[in-house]
Amino acid sequence: MKLVFGEGSCGIAAGARKVRAAVEKLNADNAVEIGITGCIGMCYLEPIVDVYDGGTLVKRLVKVQEKDAERIYKAVADAGRAGAPRPPTASVQQQDGAPLSELADLEISADDKEFLEKQTRIALRHCGLIDPEDIAAYEAVDGYKAIRKVLAMTPEDVIAEIKVSGLAGRGGAGFPTWFKWNAARNAKGEQKYLICNADEGDPGAFMDRAVIESDPHSLIEGMLIAAYAIGATKAFVYVRAEYPLAIVRLEKALAAAKKAGLLGENILGSHFSCDIRIKAGAGAFVCGEETALIESLEGNRGMPRLKPPFPAEKGYTQAPSNINNVETFANVAWIILNGGAAFAAMGTETSKGTKVFALTGKIKRGGLVEIPMGLTLRDVIFGIGGGIRDGGTFKAVQMGGPSGGCIPEHLLDTKIDYKALGATGAIMGSGGMVVMDSHTCMVNMARFFLDFTAKESCGKCVHCRIGTKRMHEILTRITEGKGKEGDVELLQELCNGIKAGALCGLGQTAPNPVLTTIRYFRDEYDAHIREARCPAHECAALKTYSIDPAKCKGCTMCAKKCPVGAITGAVKQPHAIDPAKCIKCGQCAATCKFGAVVIG
Amino acid sequence: MCECCEKSDLSKLTPVFEAFAGDDHALISILQKAQEIYGYLPVDVLYAIAEKTGNSPAKVLGVATFYTQFRLKPVGKNLILLCKGTACHVNGADSIEKALVEELGVGDGETTDDGLFSIKTVACLGCCSLSPVMMINEDTYGSLTPAKAKDIVRKIREASK
Repeated sequence: MKLVFGEGSCGIAAGARKVRAAVEKLNADNAVEIGITGCIGMCYLEPIVDVYDGGTLVKRLVKVQEKDAERIYKAVADAGRAGAPRPPTASVQQQDGAPLSELADLEISADDKEFLEKQTRIALRHCGLIDPEDIAAYEAVDGYKAIRKVLAMTPEDVIAEIKVSGLAGRGGAGFPTWFKWNAARNAKGEQKYLICNADEGDPGAFMDRAVIESDPHSLIEGMLIAAYAIGATKAFVYVRAEYPLAIVRLEKALAAAKKAGLLGENILGSHFSCDIRIKAGAGAFVCGEETALIESLEGNRGMPRLKPPFPAEKGYTQAPSNINNVETFANVAWIILNGGAAFAAMGTETSKGTKVFALTGKIKRGGLVEIPMGLTLRDVIFGIGGGIRDGGTFKAVQMGGPSGGCIPEHLLDTKIDYKALGATGAIMGSGGMVVMDSHTCMVNMARFFLDFTAKESCGKCVHCRIGTKRMHEILTRITEGKGKEGDVELLQELCNGIKAGALCGLGQTAPNPVLTTIRYFRDEYDAHIREARCPAHECAALKTYSIDPAKCKGCTMCAKKCPVGAITGAVKQPHAIDPAKCIKCGQCAATCKFGAVVIG
Repeated sequence: MCECCEKSDLSKLTPVFEAFAGDDHALISILQKAQEIYGYLPVDVLYAIAEKTGNSPAKVLGVATFYTQFRLKPVGKNLILLCKGTACHVNGADSIEKALVEELGVGDGETTDDGLFSIKTVACLGCCSLSPVMMINEDTYGSLTPAKAKDIVRKIREASK
């Protein structure tokens, strides 16, 4: 029997390593084999421990804690001694009377199983299933077969296959991958470079991190195929510094690949040579923009360059370069092995294949979701994600992070497709999907993103540098109840100016969160400005606190907690809050055991 | 002592310069290594890097201030990284920040007088399903409430007495 611990960043943060350490301590006699894997994507159930018998997954245990270590170990060790349990069938309940049934309370529910069953996994095909630190585990699942196949093809044929697949850049822009490869291949230059953009800066998106942490060899193989196709012999992976585990796992994978003759001179005995190096970013959102990334690779401030010339002609050190995102590369080996047509068979007219989303926010089942293009937002949020948690009601979904927009409920049946999502004012983006319920204020949401873009603007273009600051100021004053008639129109004017006057994607898309919230939630802006009211009750300055005399028992707890003495009342008599003194800190509401404090 | 007359042990940089010798594009990597060594980037270290890499001090400072990873001041013993990503925002990161500021008396980018804690807000730690999240040194704390965040900080303070 083997216990496999899900040790992606989420799993580790939730305590997976502590549980493993506790089990290892008990396992002095090695009665149980212990291994690790990456992230299966069910972040809301971490830490996850899989029980394997031979190569078969017999039980998936979820939300495992340190205190469970002993009985897990005991049950699995006993099961090992008693002989293998019956192989599982589709139903969960029929597990036999073997020692493993002791763990029934930790086992994943049938509902939660649907989270994975409803997905189609290509980029994430090995995530959470293989040991990311073992090259043999990757090779056992057809790893490095695609590069062998490619070495017998011409680079032109490789590009043609990618063209058939319809693969488009998964970093957000959705530009056809084959076109970029072809441009880099045809560009004149002795030395060409291949760059992997792993500077996943969109707050709320973490699919690239998951791929590197959980399946680094699929990234390496995808990059090797691309390097062969464009004729690059040097490659970089530009990784966010905030992803230390991803860097460690990628370093290990690169070393193992080199040892196996898959990197360096004359790969697998061919004439193709390529080396891949890691460059750690230092924290700048704008470096997700390809020319800014190149500047950063060269050791400069990450400020975008004017395009054209495009990186395919003049990129890193002015040499022809091609940049793709992690998820894009993670699809490449699969496409080569299964054929471009198999990939293109999934999806819609204009968007082929699958896309990974990081489903987070007020969602019941949050994590990584990979689905064929063409499913609707409703399919993902309600079908796979299980809808809103804590009995809340859906209000909007934010897609594409600071470059994207908020999509309201009446557009939930929008298909996931570059074109259809673009028509809503949001974008496909890198795949952040943050779900919001009725307690989220849309004006404050716009303010949040402008705070982000104002801080992350590199400062090169005046419209972006100053415009985002002014927009942030206006949004801040609206959320503080100091908005003025005409503020919305002023915001719109600034949005148009920034869109037209910014050089790069960061600036051109920074207005999107504001434009979409104005488009779909204008009533919330008006309520803040005209009535000094926040309909979601989120904006602190606009909240009012009062005490419901019918519910107040006169326990005096709130009066004692109030830092400014705004609450008065005799013992066992209903209390009252003086709105003139109240600083809206919310301590009274947090203290009251009877729900008597009414927040308006 | 003021910043301009800091005296760092510059000999520690020698192996870093050796490792990146001949690489004209390694400024960021060198700054990262220097920060690993000194815990932050002292002014005299920045000057030394400028001289050795053939860059102007203005360019080195320009790069060091462009990226959020670099610090020009030492940090406290416990570095609190408070996530303010979208998922954390939706789940109440602002109230966590307020609670930490109340408890520690310092805000984003500042260090407590006793040198025990520094607070730094970050864009996304990537543990969105545990939001709101903070990291203190190597440990991640998820599903925070204002009370829970205060409690965690208090326990660390007690433990270090």
